[in-house]
Amino acid sequence: MDLNDFIKHFAEQLEDTDASDIKADTVFKDLDEWSSLMALSIIAMVDEEYDVRIKGDDIRQATTIEDLYNVVKSRK
Amino acid sequence: MKMGKAYIKDIAYYVPETIVTNEDIVREFPEWSVEKIASKVGVRQRHVAGADETAADLAVKAAQNLFERGKCEPREVDFILFCTQSPDYFLPTSACVIQERLGLRTDIGALDFNLGCSGYVYGLSLAKGLVMAGVAGNVLLLTGETYSKHLHPRDKGNRTIFGDAASATMVSADGIAEIGNFSLGTDGSGAENLIIKSGGMRCPRRRDDLRFDENNNPISSDYLYMNGSEIFTFTLDNVPPLIADTLSKNNIGKGEVDLYVFHQANKYMLDFLRKKIRIAPDRFYYCLSEYGNTVSNTIPIALVNALRDGSITNGKSVLIAGFGVGYSWGGCLLRF
Repeated sequence: MDLNDFIKHFAEQLEDTDASDIKADTVFKDLDEWSSLMALSIIAMVDEEYDVRIKGDDIRQATTIEDLYNVVKSRK
Repeated sequence: MKMGKAYIKDIAYYVPETIVTNEDIVREFPEWSVEKIASKVGVRQRHVAGADETAADLAVKAAQNLFERGKCEPREVDFILFCTQSPDYFLPTSACVIQERLGLRTDIGALDFNLGCSGYVYGLSLAKGLVMAGVAGNVLLLTGETYSKHLHPRDKGNRTIFGDAASATMVSADGIAEIGNFSLGTDGSGAENLIIKSGGMRCPRRRDDLRFDENNNPISSDYLYMNGSEIFTFTLDNVPPLIADTLSKNNIGKGEVDLYVFHQANKYMLDFLRKKIRIAPDRFYYCLSEYGNTVSNTIPIALVNALRDGSITNGKSVLIAGFGVGYSWGGCLLRF
């Protein structure tokens, strides 16, 4: 599992944010377009791309995209 | 009369007159991108019950609509099943009040059952059981829901998604759709994720514990609380196996089903489930832009619309599936 791929998949869920602004240390909950619905997109993306189940609590506890990547990786 | 089978004879529904459009919601939440959210959840407008209008009132009107269609008569009804989570009273059961309101015979059975998004499928399973056991010849299955009354006025997300409605279905020994086999499921460990905590005997008095979460959504024991991400993962984990089990219990392949009619939770979730289960878009029915998520009413409303627009015709196999609050879920095959 590759961090850069994960960042790319994460950025694909966003509509108003430029993909080049999304990095491993991006604090995703600070993004203007972050919402509870966006959290569902991330859960769905992780299900689709990695066949891993993450929950709302995992997202709540993560700060950066890399934090979330580590959660997914640990469940692969 | 065909023996040993139960059928849907006819279906009708009713939605309250008051319509809340996305523009109406924008006016209340100018800082919020309602249009964007509304397009994701796929709801353009929702109907909302009046202050003095209850789920039972809506159900009475749905039943009257059913009788006006001419295929079912009030005097034929042997049993009322009423699915609601918004009853008129703790007691008596709303179905008894509805018997009188509809002027039905007094030598009939009547009861309420409390289920949400899975309620229509469960209602069909109960009605089929009553018909096949010879307990009742014609079962009037009613669903009625007014979640709008359970929502906090500042709960913009749920106010965007949910609408009020009622439906009436007659289940008999003959009709337009044979009710096939069921797959049912229950997991009470998810109770807290979709709940109104106060008002029942566990917590009789209001708690007045309103707070706002990090997304500025109101959270209170006195109003409907939905943990969106938990409900989403519940459906991802449980709906695909539900569909597989419903297909297997009816000895039918995924590709042989002509139309899938899921509980219309929201478009975003439906899109994802459809892709995950790999159902072709032309075999998957959407019916929520005009009504929103009407809880136990979404499936019968969708069936009526699909019959009306020709998506369901004689000879078609239709798989219905409901899932949500409880957690509770169920699927069934209907052969039109």
